[in-house]
Amino acid sequence: MENLASIFVKSIFVDNMIFAFFLGMCSYLAVSKKVSTSIGLGIAVIFVLGITLPLNYLLENYVLKEGALAWLSDDFKTLDLSYLAFILFIAVIAAMTQLVEMAVEKFTPSLYASLGIFLPLIAVNCAIMGGSLFMQQKAFATLGEATSYALGSGVGWLLAIVGLAAIREKMEYSDVPAPLRGLGITFITVALMGIAFMAFSGLKI
Amino acid sequence: MSKLISDKTKEIFLGPLGKNNPVTVQVLGICSALAVTSKLEPAIVMGLSVTIIVAFSNVIISLLRNTIPNRIRIIVQLVVVAALVTVVSEILKAFAYDVSVQLSVYIGLIITNCILMGRLEAFAMSNKPWESFVDGLGNGFGYAWILVAVAFFRELTGSGSLLGFKVIPQAFYQAGYVNNGLMILPPMALILVACIIWIHRARNKELQEK
Repeated sequence: MENLASIFVKSIFVDNMIFAFFLGMCSYLAVSKKVSTSIGLGIAVIFVLGITLPLNYLLENYVLKEGALAWLSDDFKTLDLSYLAFILFIAVIAAMTQLVEMAVEKFTPSLYASLGIFLPLIAVNCAIMGGSLFMQQKAFATLGEATSYALGSGVGWLLAIVGLAAIREKMEYSDVPAPLRGLGITFITVALMGIAFMAFSGLKI
Repeated sequence: MSKLISDKTKEIFLGPLGKNNPVTVQVLGICSALAVTSKLEPAIVMGLSVTIIVAFSNVIISLLRNTIPNRIRIIVQLVVVAALVTVVSEILKAFAYDVSVQLSVYIGLIITNCILMGRLEAFAMSNKPWESFVDGLGNGFGYAWILVAVAFFRELTGSGSLLGFKVIPQAFYQAGYVNNGLMILPPMALILVACIIWIHRARNKELQEK
């Protein structure tokens, strides 16, 4: 249990998806103009990460890894399918986002109305694919650890996008040099937030 | 098409290098642009890989564009890209293992690089294979030159070397020069890209926002 909590906290602050790895930058910059929409996108990211990452974890450990297919038959003990990882991961992610979108539309129309436009976008959000690839690299021991990593990364992403959106809302009123307006100053803001987050790096939890 | 390189094709190639740059103007593919630029070598490899993958996936999608059902086009595009990325990743592992370790997950993340999806959606789905190929090359190089520019400054000031060779003479260090460790940290990539955007927009006034 302690272990799970430490992975959760670590993936929020120390290994923050945005500030440490720049994952999901495109939608991060594009959708952070208003706090309300950015909360919607953040929740959608947590949602999809929390579903696809455990699925990909199972895929990795029971199908792809060397010897992972041993449960099927002894003949497969030396089989290594890890070169198929990219295609299978992205297929799972694309299929799951479609499914989640349909399920949300059917059962909770109010949530769909607020998340609607973001859900399809998420299939190509690097944070989701990156989460699965980091999971492969970190080789978590149990499904619980992988899930807690997924949720933590999602919460970290939400925190980062809501923070940036709040700053950008305030920045509307400031007088930024014309060539830096919009994209340029947003980059600098993210960099300063990133430097602040560096304070957590090296933290042992 | 009488000439192989018509004016329109030239425009398609040169646009993304300057006025319509995928990174600084269209804001696509930022994730990997920032993460792999602390050293020059991985940045060059990354730029080349992305160029090759964009160019060829553009050609493949453009050849298939009349047969892909509209509803499942995103999945078709993702599968084509994922297959190409797998090929590039295996080649890198075989011939440039060190670089592929440095690039770690970012090679796999080319699949979700927005430049690819953006170009496939916006260009390859509605244009002929040759033009799509040129468009892919143009966007790939437009992306690569930003990467190389950022990596050049980060490696030069952060480690005092270029492509791993020491370029700052030993005498400088004895005189008290110190490498700027801050340049190696992730946030400085953002600041450098912001500076490129600043210069770019100061020279092209029509790109400035409001």
